[in-house]
Amino acid sequence: MASDLRAAVLRALGDVAPEADLTSLAPDVPFREQLDLDSMDILNFAVGLHAALGVEIPEADYPKLATLDACVGYLASRSAS
Amino acid sequence: MPILGADMTAGTLVAWRKQPGDRVARGDIIAEVETEKGLIDVEVFVSGVLERILVEPGATVPTGTALAVIREDAPVVAPVPAATAPVAAAVVSAPARGERVRVSPLARKLAATLGVDPTTLRGTGAGGAVTREDVERAAARGREPVAVAGPPPAARPRMDVARMRATIAAAMARSKREIPHYYVGHTIDLHRALGWLADENTRRPVPERLLAGVLLLRAVALALREVPELNAVWRAGQVEPRTEVNVGVAISLRGGGLVAPALHDADRRPLDELMRAFRDLVQRARSGGLRSSELSDATITVTSLGEQGVESVLGIVYPPQVAIVGFGRIAERPWVVDGAVVPRPVVTATLSADHRVSDGHRGGLFLAAVERLLQAPERL
Repeated sequence: MASDLRAAVLRALGDVAPEADLTSLAPDVPFREQLDLDSMDILNFAVGLHAALGVEIPEADYPKLATLDACVGYLASRSAS
Repeated sequence: MPILGADMTAGTLVAWRKQPGDRVARGDIIAEVETEKGLIDVEVFVSGVLERILVEPGATVPTGTALAVIREDAPVVAPVPAATAPVAAAVVSAPARGERVRVSPLARKLAATLGVDPTTLRGTGAGGAVTREDVERAAARGREPVAVAGPPPAARPRMDVARMRATIAAAMARSKREIPHYYVGHTIDLHRALGWLADENTRRPVPERLLAGVLLLRAVALALREVPELNAVWRAGQVEPRTEVNVGVAISLRGGGLVAPALHDADRRPLDELMRAFRDLVQRARSGGLRSSELSDATITVTSLGEQGVESVLGIVYPPQVAIVGFGRIAERPWVVDGAVVPRPVVTATLSADHRVSDGHRGGLFLAAVERLLQAPERL
């Protein structure tokens, strides 16, 4: 389950930053720092996750998507609920 | 070959999207060209039938070169792109051997500094004299000859960052050299705007949410109605007011460099439509696929470095435009409201403008209008 979510997150991230090398992504360092993402990218990332997983992510929860680990954890908790 | 920036000199035809005999309508994408700004979709400005292709894929040609011939629905034959031919074929070929080349003293000095041989250039000045602009263009494009056929390009050519850097350098140096800038700034309380935005986004599904940036763009576009002299271009020594408000949005590219494509008619499009166009523009700027009109039509530029933590940005006007608006980061600050100090999200808006066209007084009124508009976000 977690590996499926991780793969979905990486796919959505790849769509937002196609030039990024996601194989070297540190799981506990914010995406913004590693990939130079801005608010438009974060919005598109949330749109991509919504399209892939059907999860409606409130804007107030965007900070919970900051790192790969945090993102997978958040999505797992939303799926469980 | 459309002129897609103040200092663009040439482009490479990558592919034709239409073939001889095809019908084309105004606004159709007819070809793809590669420039220092990346891969650009070229639109047509007339409707008719594509009669003949003049430039084959892989060829690099100067701006102003006709790419094809379209037989218009009206009985007029117009080259493509008809709207962007003025600089024309002045740089198509070098002077014939033995021909004496006139070079202005300033151009000769600049050529020596930049390592350009002015005798190899076709001048665009009076009597065919080589001007400093000719030298700058030659320096920007390096020693690469124009109007030569190159190898077939890859399907999606990568942007040449060094070439883009040279183009930005030429445009910015020209701006600082020729445009007498003035600068004004104004700190704006965004309490109402961000409160409205948060409520609005709570009700919206993810794909329809708005960003604070689009409120700022819309406020700028509407404020230009009150101070229209900032929405103009400067050409041939005089100002040309623009009736359409096409806001160029500075977008940084992660590989380096930036582009500032236009959001057309930003003052006339509802906020939702503007947001969709904004998202689409950013996505295409970063992945390739901007349209020629988006790179040539901006009448003012907006730049924001707030997400990089910058307090305020004093931009350099992008010629031939006459103004650029900057936004810094939105930060919580102590703010005095009705005699009490309260925390408020504020942003510093700045205006850099051409003093030949407007004065600081009008610039101040413009920023005041931006502030006033942001206090009623539901009306944006």
